Amino acid sequence: MTPAIWSRLDVIARRLLPAALTAALVLAAALPLHSTAARAMAPSLPLIAVFFWTLYRPDLMPAVAVFVIGLLWDVFAGLPIGIGATVLVGVHAIATLQRSFFNGKSFTVLWLGFAVLAAAALILCWLMTCLYYVTLITPARVLFQIVTTVGVFPILCWLLVRCQGLLPEQT
Amino acid sequence: MPPGLKSIAHWLVYAGLIMFAGGLILLGKADAVLVERLRMQVSDPLAPVLNALSRPADFAADGLDRVRGWVGVTEENERLRRERDDLLLWRAAAKHLEAENAGLRRLLNYVPDPEASYRSARIIADSSGVFAQSVMVNAGTLAGVAKGQIVLDGAGVVGRIVGVSGRAGRVLLLTDLNSRVPVFVGPERHRAVLAGDNSETPKLIHVVPGETIKVGDDVVTSGIAGGFPPGLPVGIVVTVDDRHITVALNTDRDRLEYVRIADFGIATGDVPLPGRSPAAASRPARPAAANQKDGGPIGAPPAQRADAR
Repeated sequence: MTPAIWSRLDVIARRLLPAALTAALVLAAALPLHSTAARAMAPSLPLIAVFFWTLYRPDLMPAVAVFVIGLLWDVFAGLPIGIGATVLVGVHAIATLQRSFFNGKSFTVLWLGFAVLAAAALILCWLMTCLYYVTLITPARVLFQIVTTVGVFPILCWLLVRCQGLLPEQT
Repeated sequence: MPPGLKSIAHWLVYAGLIMFAGGLILLGKADAVLVERLRMQVSDPLAPVLNALSRPADFAADGLDRVRGWVGVTEENERLRRERDDLLLWRAAAKHLEAENAGLRRLLNYVPDPEASYRSARIIADSSGVFAQSVMVNAGTLAGVAKGQIVLDGAGVVGRIVGVSGRAGRVLLLTDLNSRVPVFVGPERHRAVLAGDNSETPKLIHVVPGETIKVGDDVVTSGIAGGFPPGLPVGIVVTVDDRHITVALNTDRDRLEYVRIADFGIATGDVPLPGRSPAAASRPARPAAANQKDGGPIGAPPAQRADAR
């Protein structure tokens, strides 16, 4: 009986891995870097993780989990609560719609797709924050963040693909 | 479930979630206090995690800093020696002014400003980026931190506590686009408001036309409107043009690891009235600068920064 419980727990832990990893990335992005330059360049890691898991393990990255991760992102990135959640749920919806399109395509196509989506997501985030505070936030830094997020995409993807081996089979 | 119905349910979930998020955004607009409390409630259980995780990050940053220090150690020594010679002159001037001030205050029966109490805290999370400029510290209500308290480091004002939970506090930095601090600029104490815009260099707004603000003018808090006590160093003016006056802050963001959280009695709304407390009145009159020297943020040696865990 005990081994059965352990294996059940093991499967549950593995099933939680994508969402937990994404939440961990949200926290990691909030660690003090002691470098304003690095801070200004910091890519938006949760965006990559949500996009990746929505395409490859939609069963383990449901919309509700994305919403909770989005709220966590709002809390730890200092965004007005609700904006990050809206953006990430939007990314999840579009990735879900386009899943069949990306199926079997090369990595370059995936990367380009992500670039478009990341740009749209971060611009939406910027627009909503500007509207929320009724002020204009310098767009230059948002563009910079889009570039770094798109730039770091292959590296994080490589890491996430490694994690995929740990996941239970898709049902 | 048939596929058509399933897909409808799917989109209903999305619609529900987006509407919920929209509701939260509107709630944040309508009741900022409530949403800030929610934010802190979520952060609180994760504060110990961030506290532990930020230590290796700090350690790595310290290591890098040390290596960088070795590279320019000779020039740095030379620069520090010059600065010390300069400061020794200032020290003599300050001593002289301190004595003169004390004498004048005795003559006027001056009631000293209430003394502040300080707590040290470590920065455990940094939310400063494109959209916001705030940090989280590992001290909350359990350590006596309250909303509205002023956060300082050795060089000047860092920001202000905008949210607290038991174990964590959120500091809105002077660079945040919501930060507005009434200040005095330059030796003539021109009034202005220091307004953050999420960039590294906040701007001066509400400057009275015709007042001459020059590059290099010191910026200190004015204490007008009551959010900050007067006289805390903030930064210096770095650029003046037709449209903007920008200020470089005294605090070095890259080296900000420990901060001091000062309670000037403003936070709770009960600003101690001069002479109201007998203890404050019986204390010997001391000039503000001296006050800050032995209890305050200015020139506090790093050794004094006890880690408030």
